[in-house]
Amino acid sequence: MRQGPSWFNVTSLVLGFAFLYLPIVLLVVYSFNESRLVTVWGGFSTRWYAGLLDNQQLLDAAWVTARVAFFSATIATVFGTLAAMVLARSGRFLGRTLFSGMVYAPLVMPEVILGLSLLLLFVAVDQARGFWTIIIAHTTFAMCYVAVVVQSRLAGFDRSLEEAAQDLGCPPFRTFFAVTLPIILPGVVAGWMLAFTLSLDDLVIASFTTGPEATTLPMKIYSQVRLGVTPEINAVCTILVGLVTVVVVFASIITRRQEAARARDMRQAEAQL
Amino acid sequence: MAKKPIGPVRRDFAPWDDPQARPYIEFRNVTKTFGDFIAVDDLSLKIYEREFFALLGGSGCGKTTMMRMLAGFETPNAGEIFLDGQNLAGVPPYKRPVNMMFQSYALFPHMSVEANVAFGLKQEGMPKAEIGERVEEMLKLVKLQDFARRKPHQLSGGQRQRVALARSLAKKPKVLLLDEPLGALDRKLREETQFELTDLQYELGMTFLIVTHDQEEAMTMADRIAVMDKGRIVQIATPAEIYELPNSRFVADFIGDINLMECKLTAREGDVSSLHAPVFGCDIKISQAVDANIGDTVWFAIRPEKVRISFEEPESRVNALKGEVWDIAYLGDVSIYHTHIANEETVRATVANRSRVVERPMSWDDEVWLSWDADAGVVLTR
Amino acid sequence: MSETAAAPQAKPRRSVGGWLLIAIPYAWLLVFFLAPFFIVFKISLSEIAVAIPPYIPNFDPAAGWEGFTEMLGAFSFDNYVWLTEDDLYWKSYLSSVSIAAISTLITLIVGFPLAYGMARAPKEWRATLLMLVILPFWTSFLIRVYAWIGILKNEGLLNQLLLSLGLIDQPLTILNTNIAVYIGIVYSYLPFLVLPLYANLEKLDTSLLEAAADLGCPPWRSFWSITVPLALPGVLAGCFLVFIPAVGEFVIPDLLGGSETLMIGKTLWTEFFNNRDWPVSSAVAVILLLILVVPIVLFQNQQQKAAERGL
Repeated sequence: MRQGPSWFNVTSLVLGFAFLYLPIVLLVVYSFNESRLVTVWGGFSTRWYAGLLDNQQLLDAAWVTARVAFFSATIATVFGTLAAMVLARSGRFLGRTLFSGMVYAPLVMPEVILGLSLLLLFVAVDQARGFWTIIIAHTTFAMCYVAVVVQSRLAGFDRSLEEAAQDLGCPPFRTFFAVTLPIILPGVVAGWMLAFTLSLDDLVIASFTTGPEATTLPMKIYSQVRLGVTPEINAVCTILVGLVTVVVVFASIITRRQEAARARDMRQAEAQL
Repeated sequence: MAKKPIGPVRRDFAPWDDPQARPYIEFRNVTKTFGDFIAVDDLSLKIYEREFFALLGGSGCGKTTMMRMLAGFETPNAGEIFLDGQNLAGVPPYKRPVNMMFQSYALFPHMSVEANVAFGLKQEGMPKAEIGERVEEMLKLVKLQDFARRKPHQLSGGQRQRVALARSLAKKPKVLLLDEPLGALDRKLREETQFELTDLQYELGMTFLIVTHDQEEAMTMADRIAVMDKGRIVQIATPAEIYELPNSRFVADFIGDINLMECKLTAREGDVSSLHAPVFGCDIKISQAVDANIGDTVWFAIRPEKVRISFEEPESRVNALKGEVWDIAYLGDVSIYHTHIANEETVRATVANRSRVVERPMSWDDEVWLSWDADAGVVLTR
Repeated sequence: MSETAAAPQAKPRRSVGGWLLIAIPYAWLLVFFLAPFFIVFKISLSEIAVAIPPYIPNFDPAAGWEGFTEMLGAFSFDNYVWLTEDDLYWKSYLSSVSIAAISTLITLIVGFPLAYGMARAPKEWRATLLMLVILPFWTSFLIRVYAWIGILKNEGLLNQLLLSLGLIDQPLTILNTNIAVYIGIVYSYLPFLVLPLYANLEKLDTSLLEAAADLGCPPWRSFWSITVPLALPGVLAGCFLVFIPAVGEFVIPDLLGGSETLMIGKTLWTEFFNNRDWPVSSAVAVILLLILVVPIVLFQNQQQKAAERGL
């Protein structure tokens, strides 16, 4: 049947995306507001951005957050990929249900519970809290997201490729690095990026598991937001939104270019026949 | 299904030869494009009531587009389509009195067999009791009474195909459209189903339009076949005519196996024409009035099973060739001899394996003679 | 069914490497995800104390087995009794569930047309539309909630707009009410609902809709008889992904809700950080977990089934 966009579909798309984007757009616009009153337009200005550079506390928090996100995303990607391999490949084993339960549950588990339970664990084993405990906490829930992303990539994976590699004399361990990993790499990279932003975003779990010396950016923003809306926070948020947007858009353009190139190559190969 | 003597009816059924006959389905100068791609190019076609009509062609020839335009899923860019005298322009698919059996079967996965078959009847607002009766009748017709409560994923491929058939027949449509109906079945089941479909069509007295890329399917089932290429119809004829009297090299090549020789027309006397094939070094005489001028390039086409192969030199050098057996393909029922003539040109001859001898009289590199009768081949001008 | 699906196959023979592959993520999740729950449960049975850590009893390894039994003896369900006595807690649970349920419903009403529109959009647009839905999901949750404060507050942009249009003469009080919490949840969780739903709708075999039309079913009817029933797994997955975390949500009710907005995540946070009552907050968490066990198990079964069908 003709799949032309009907007016109903167009309307729901327009309204839906307006709902999704308008708040963020407004936030960005008002970060360039001259006036200190956030909701009154006082002319264009970048003074709030300039002010950020002098805010040493904020910069420190940003640096802590970036390092936490990097380490936890990297560890979570390794573990999450392993978990995805287990779910997709290992068939039946003792405690499989428990394992898949532990992978899926953190996706929906309220953050307050995750945060509280991890904190109590750290207290129970008398572990001083700070930088590394946040990393452990973030790794734990982010690896589940990675596992889900990578698993969906593995689901579309032609297993005969691995069998072919082993048939040609490649042992399983090397097969993983020579055949499997390159093919699921887009999923693994997407998983890393997701884990990184999840860690970057997290307020609740970090608040529970941190110690006095490690304050992350969301914690900093949160403590300021509670005092009210200020243009400085708009500016910080705009920078964060901008960074994420650039990275995500860039990544998706690269993937799409590659896919287009692939499609073109395939068409040309067809045509040569 | 009970067998009825349908031979005489089939033999005499030829409304397309009757100038008075009113076409049941008519495509009038229909064109359909997708972007730059011309799927159907200014095509006209008449199909008659109770006919089993096949659209045959390779992928992208426009056959499926024709069917989808009749069902209402595509709108022609130009031209008109009539069904039983009614112009179908602007009639949405759900109001057209045609039903389609989809290539993928398109069975609703969340409904039982029963509910699938009843779906179309419910849309009509048919009373419940009547729906039940009709569904039962349909399931009986396709021998699936015992599977009424199953879901599609609990059925085999062949059973699913029959549910799809029952569902599309349930509304007793004016025309049943079959889109590659047997493509997903294995060979044995396919052959069986072909005959079942023909019988069913006769019994129900319905008009069937089938789209297929499988020549065997079209030949076995259809009253007439339209061979399509690049959005146009190359030839419309009965299966026998298509096979024996193809009107072009495309049709000859598309249907079955054929030897083609490029020739010059040298003489024409009444119903007998003479040709010369320079590459093969061979003179050909044929009982056919060729529609071309002396000296024109034409093609002589002959089916491999109409070529005789022997060690003995024929009496006349006309309609005969000398060659060397290059390869033998043993297919069980027949063997195909690939014979090299001068210039490495190949001519194929099929020989039925009439006796159970493993040792064949002719073997690789043997010198043999190929010959044929004056009415065995056909001359093609395009 | 695809071979790669997680369908439990016959027990394969496993090498040392194969076991290691399972053991590493398994052990991590056992230690850092499952074990903490037992600790939470243990502490919920303890008593608040002015000490470090702020609860008693503590297991003293030096006392050995006796120390362990002594600790067991000191456990009590007092905290749970307390939860039933103070109506703050059960009201919080009830209102959390109702706020989450209402928000999930609104998210579905907003999200379904969006997912449907995306799935029916021309193929070449779909990748872009998908990215547009995912993009807000990548930007900080906190920022997205924060953005609504500026819009919803009394002198905020929404009220300015409505006033200037003459639709209202008094600013509407939206911020610090439950309505703001609904808006916040719907906004923050919309992508979670749209993505699985879109994946489901996009996979819908259009020949099924053609078959329905061919059998005389007009589009508006085939939407209800074909599209919606087949999209049900996607709807369910999406609703679970919104409902379950929304029940325990903290940031949204804290920033957008008012003093009368009771949500259990907020109650837990206050109990923990402001009152420093670790045993009671543990008990709150245990009960919350019990409430969520049923939907979480349902969600997992549903995920498992989807994985087995190779979706």
